[in-house]
Amino acid sequence: MMSPRVASWLQATPFAMIMTGLVLVPLGIIVAVSFMDYGFAEIIPEFYLGNWIDVFRSQLTLDTYATVLRQAFIVWGVTLLLGFTIAYYLIYHVRSNFWRAIFLAACAIPFWTSGPIRMISWVPLLGREGLVNQALLGLGLIDAPIPWLLYSEFSVIVVYINMLTMAMVGPIANSMAKISPSVVQAARDQGASEWQVITEIIIPLVKPGIAVGTIFIVTAVMGDGFLVRAMSGNQVNTPAVAIMNEINAFQYPPAAAKSVLLLVVVMAFVGVLLRLVDIRKELAR
Amino acid sequence: MLNRRPLSYYLLSAFFALFLLFLYGPMLCVYILSFQGPEGGMSFPMRGVSLVWFQTLFSAEGRGVGDIHNSFLRSIRLGLIVALLTMLIGVAAGMSFRRRYPGANFVFYSAIASMVVPGIFVGFGIALTLRLLGLRPDWWYSGIGAQLTWSLPFAMLIMFIILGRLDKSYEEAATDLGASPAQRFQYVILPLILPGVVGIVMAGFTSSYEESARAGLNIGTGNTMPMELTGLLGAATTPVMFAVGTLTTLFMFTTVIATLLVSARLARRRQLRLAAQHG
Repeated sequence: MMSPRVASWLQATPFAMIMTGLVLVPLGIIVAVSFMDYGFAEIIPEFYLGNWIDVFRSQLTLDTYATVLRQAFIVWGVTLLLGFTIAYYLIYHVRSNFWRAIFLAACAIPFWTSGPIRMISWVPLLGREGLVNQALLGLGLIDAPIPWLLYSEFSVIVVYINMLTMAMVGPIANSMAKISPSVVQAARDQGASEWQVITEIIIPLVKPGIAVGTIFIVTAVMGDGFLVRAMSGNQVNTPAVAIMNEINAFQYPPAAAKSVLLLVVVMAFVGVLLRLVDIRKELAR
Repeated sequence: MLNRRPLSYYLLSAFFALFLLFLYGPMLCVYILSFQGPEGGMSFPMRGVSLVWFQTLFSAEGRGVGDIHNSFLRSIRLGLIVALLTMLIGVAAGMSFRRRYPGANFVFYSAIASMVVPGIFVGFGIALTLRLLGLRPDWWYSGIGAQLTWSLPFAMLIMFIILGRLDKSYEEAATDLGASPAQRFQYVILPLILPGVVGIVMAGFTSSYEESARAGLNIGTGNTMPMELTGLLGAATTPVMFAVGTLTTLFMFTTVIATLLVSARLARRRQLRLAAQHG
């Protein structure tokens, strides 16, 4: 008979090996390569600080971080407002479980369409001849089509919000569903208004859900290069886009230095949020 | 008094309806415009209704649709293998958490790390590692491996949620009645977590089918569907991409519905069989 501890180890070994060999070690390799020299499409394994000096000297670094932090902040703010409102509606106003399941499924179905197709689906809406411009022209609100609706920072942010709001709804709704109905009922019996129940009871109790949703949103925006490139028509530059461009040009060591910096920024942020919420407890409850 | 809805209910319902419009609006444009007439473009109005863009997709010339057919088949093949491996490795790792053991925290937090680290870094890191080892990336090892780093954490989270809700006394009862560990898993735990396991398979398939940030640099030659589509985005000038969107959505829709029906049927057959055994 096998000891329980050995049984657990055997069960977890393939998983742990993949996480170690394909996530942790490769991330370590990125750090190592960021200190190496490079030639044309080759890595020269000699200690070299030039990549890092370039990163910290370059105005591009500041500009791209300013852009992505602005985007992340706007997208976070809007998805938080939308996500909280929708989760509150689904948990506290939709009374039948059947309709709640149907509504949640309805929110998930658009995601069965491939990501790149969902991006190009904005062309008929936001394009120069798109429905929004047609409607505004028809109403006489504008004289000429608005050019910045598509292939701009505006369209980048709209599509982020479209794709990421559900990542905020999920964790918040999950936290809300765990709030004991008797707590809310007690407050109502004492004469609390709906608004007071929201601000005094629900918001403090769904903070863990908000933290988890925030992690999803911020890491998605900070780490994405594909959506920015497609939706801005290559006109908006973020740190991830800069890294992707260098990878495509086979300039691996400078790309590695930029990657390490972005990784440190993202992980520091996640670390701060994880101190505020015990993710393991949040899941198992 | 009991059933009177407050004003906020109607306001929030309207808000939710607008949100659904925001989610579905672009998709409806894709589905409708894929039936655009031969003269029509990527925006409204519709210039007639036709199937010409679907025909273009299946015609030999395939104007501006690249290697869509093969990339679709590659994505399906990759997705099925990733789904199967995710199920086997993820369920096993999830079961390990039924007991306390040294290293459990490492397993858990390495999965969280893999989930929150942006995909391009994992993909880039694996590509650099292969390069330093002098290996050429290919879909059947580095491609699959890169995608497992994305699908496995989700499998573990699903296992965590369903096992957290599973009453430990069922297992204890089975052990007390003399069940071996294998019997305990087969007859007690598996039937209870089966919906979650189906969920893991579906999550594994869809996360692979949608994923390109991690696999992109490690897939070797031959694009997968999302890579191929991303490459075609910039050059798209006709509604042929919308036809791709309509067809692939239809495919996903059929797959999801079929999986749900099959798993519901399996659960029902099992119930009937158990009822017959004990009847």
